[in-house]
Amino acid sequence: MREGIEIALRVNNAGRSVTVPADETLLETLRERLALTGAKRGCNQGVCGACTVSVDGRPMRACLSLTANCAGAEIVTIEGVARDGMLGRIQMALEQTGAVQCGFCTSGMVIAAEALLRANPQPSAAEVQAGISGNLCRCSGYRTIVDAVLLAAAGGRG
Amino acid sequence: MDDGISSTSVGRSVLRLETREKLTGAAKYIADLSRPNMLHAAILGSPHAHARILSYDITAARAVPGVHAVLTGADFPDGRMGAFVKDEPPIAQEKVRYIGEPVAVVAADDEAIARRAAQLIEIKYAELPAIVRPEDALAEGAALVHEDLANYFMVYDAVRYGNVLSETTLSEGDIEKGFAEADIVVEGEFETPAQAHVAIEPCGALAEIDDAGRVTLWSANQSVFRVQANVCESLKLPMSKLRSLTPRIGGGFGNKMEAHVQPLVVQLAIVTRRPIKLILSREEDFETVRVRHPFKIRMRTGAKKDGTLVARDTEVLLDGGAYGDDSPGVLGYSMLMSRGPYAIPHARAHGRLVYTNKIRSGAFRGFGNPQMQFAGETQIDEIAAKLGIDPIEIRLKNALRGEGPWFLGQKLASNGFVECLERLRDDEGWRNRKAAAPKPGKKRGFGVAAGAHISGLLGTGAIVRLLEDGTVVLNTGAVDIGQGSDTVLAQICAEALKIPLDRVAVASPDTDGSPYNWGTTASRVTFTTGRSVALAAAEVETQVKSLAADMLECAAEDLELRPGGFVGIKGVPDKQLPLFVVSLQAHWRRGGPIIGHHSWVFDRPAVDPKRAVATGMPFRQIGVYSFAAQAVEIEIDDVTGKTDVVKVWSAVDVGRAINPASVEGQMDGGFVQGLGFALTEEVVFDRGRIVNPTLMDYKVPTALDVPHAMKTIIVEAREPDGPFGAKGVGEIGLVPTPAAIANAIADATADKSAVRLRRLPMTPERVLDAMLPPEDADAS
Repeated sequence: MREGIEIALRVNNAGRSVTVPADETLLETLRERLALTGAKRGCNQGVCGACTVSVDGRPMRACLSLTANCAGAEIVTIEGVARDGMLGRIQMALEQTGAVQCGFCTSGMVIAAEALLRANPQPSAAEVQAGISGNLCRCSGYRTIVDAVLLAAAGGRG
Repeated sequence: MDDGISSTSVGRSVLRLETREKLTGAAKYIADLSRPNMLHAAILGSPHAHARILSYDITAARAVPGVHAVLTGADFPDGRMGAFVKDEPPIAQEKVRYIGEPVAVVAADDEAIARRAAQLIEIKYAELPAIVRPEDALAEGAALVHEDLANYFMVYDAVRYGNVLSETTLSEGDIEKGFAEADIVVEGEFETPAQAHVAIEPCGALAEIDDAGRVTLWSANQSVFRVQANVCESLKLPMSKLRSLTPRIGGGFGNKMEAHVQPLVVQLAIVTRRPIKLILSREEDFETVRVRHPFKIRMRTGAKKDGTLVARDTEVLLDGGAYGDDSPGVLGYSMLMSRGPYAIPHARAHGRLVYTNKIRSGAFRGFGNPQMQFAGETQIDEIAAKLGIDPIEIRLKNALRGEGPWFLGQKLASNGFVECLERLRDDEGWRNRKAAAPKPGKKRGFGVAAGAHISGLLGTGAIVRLLEDGTVVLNTGAVDIGQGSDTVLAQICAEALKIPLDRVAVASPDTDGSPYNWGTTASRVTFTTGRSVALAAAEVETQVKSLAADMLECAAEDLELRPGGFVGIKGVPDKQLPLFVVSLQAHWRRGGPIIGHHSWVFDRPAVDPKRAVATGMPFRQIGVYSFAAQAVEIEIDDVTGKTDVVKVWSAVDVGRAINPASVEGQMDGGFVQGLGFALTEEVVFDRGRIVNPTLMDYKVPTALDVPHAMKTIIVEAREPDGPFGAKGVGEIGLVPTPAAIANAIADATADKSAVRLRRLPMTPERVLDAMLPPEDADAS
């Protein structure tokens, strides 16, 4: 068996301690050890974006991030975006524009779009397209996703 | 089936039933499932395109701590599966037929151990000559990919020989006479590549065996019933010994319709008596599942000076890859589409489908139709340009009208094609398309293409149960792969029973409990399954009325269902009962629980023998027709040759939009998948090996590569057999797309000699080469 390193993280506002091999990815830790399966393995090489989680406020590829490098980090996964049953602004907007089809890219897309709006609260459509271009969606054609981010930026008033 | 009463559910863009669980990360896909004591599996793929397997040595792999089983072809039954031809074993046996074909499978405590151990399996091969190009498959003395082809069971009367798995010939009219009448003839050779489905969710499966030896199988799939059939055929299991279920599905597009790893995990579960999970990596998903058929098409189209189309002759060669899969259907269907939605009196098509030593080709959204329309719609554009006729007007002039008939003779019960063309022509955005000046450094062009697609095929059923409290469970066995069919079917059920949508629950497909459903394919769920839902609900209505007639002391014919879940006497507003009261009576006193059911198969023949001649047709009946017309605005960069699609307009006849937002979702998503096929996507082979099996090297459109301006114009030519008039929309969005973009490229370059690209994808390099004067262009 591989050696373990003890790592303390904060995940979705709760302290978690895990003992992981040095080469374990954050995606494996979240999915296998912490039973947070919202982040998806779509390519495992950082291209599709389905594994995107927020690490210290920045969107990160969990499949390319080593858990051992995340000591003390504040991690938010899709399971931590809604609070007390209230959807986040991006989630609400995606619901309103009917953007969710198969849902496999949705977790990563929500985290990426939240980060986009934190960095640029009033983006243009072109800026939204650029901002989510690291997250592949094969179902929607992106139109309704871009509309949702613009809607969320406008405070949910379309 | 449209009673004309105003709708409470049908026609509304209601929120998808499962949206919230997908938004919060709660939705469970195959990779998210686990069972107690579960083992993880990994495959070893063949390094050779074509080779005889001489020996296996699993000693080193078996000795790895944590490994519980290593199975090779010798450990599997020798059954054969396939939708049209039973030619595919559950795992490579005796020989390998493509690079990446699973030859061994390992079960271990975790995925990493299984993957490491798989690499330690030693297999000795004797290489055989590999058939890589489809032309090589036809050569005299070519190596045979399947020596036993003549003995394989086929589900239709196939013409087959050598490496030719299926040869189909279709004709109507007199092709020689047709071309003799033509004033102008265009001719061209077209080539389309393998396209990868790239559902963002890779394929995977989980199997568990119980003490009685019965297996429960969860998998990423488009049909729990096709999974059951494929596993049981290949492993020689009675179908009753396998229960096939589905979690949420992360997109399919055809990739998950037939088998992928399901037979492997079932056999491992049988051998180890432990639950087994296998999730493919992205590379394995590219290399081992299936691709869109590469097509080579030679087409000729003849027209009179006034633009009347008189003749179309089509010759196709399909690269089917190593196994039959859905290929014979794709060949026959693409040829049935070769005349397009036009009244061309003389048409002929001849096609061959060959085995090669490459990954199998199979179902992919469009099923051969986008490839065929790339050729056909390009030629209509060429004729229009040569004759100086507007591209929409030439299509209107030749459009199939009324009941058609379609090529080979099927009459059209609903046909909104002309309206699609007219609505597109009259759209304000389209009419004002040239209002703004083109951008500097760019060539601007506009392109139009059209198409039709069926919805239908094979068996379907529905069961509607009225529970004691007046709520309803709808059970169809149709898998929602993300397109929204659960919601659409619930809308149809709620509408038919006049109950609020939230009183309908949709049962998850289960081969033990659901009525048979061939699958989520052929744009068929709304049309075929929706029809069964409406008619099963009608049976519930009949039973409710029969019981309520006794309770209200009137005749059943005098009763009506009323909005909100009531049954009452017509014209007497205060004489009514809530459905739950009737249901309670049925459960406890008389009649028995109220269960409505319906099943059917589309059975109108595709070929009218009085009009047409067809040999080697893989299906006798097909379905009803949806129609689309699409227009794009593109820009080509003068320096790089890169084509950007700026706007798209699509008019689509869906019979009736049960959920308009979902119709738009299918059209948007279909268009973008077609845009990828047209401009960037190609599975590249080097001597049978896929050289770009990663998302770094295989270019799927991102949000930056697609227009934000996508408009869908919904046309509703009610289909008499469809639920509330509906027909399918799952595939048609990409059928005209490659041709529309190619025609726009020709339009953008029309000032010199129009660039007519007949090979996909239309990469910047190919566009630039074609724009350069001949002496500067590379030969490519």
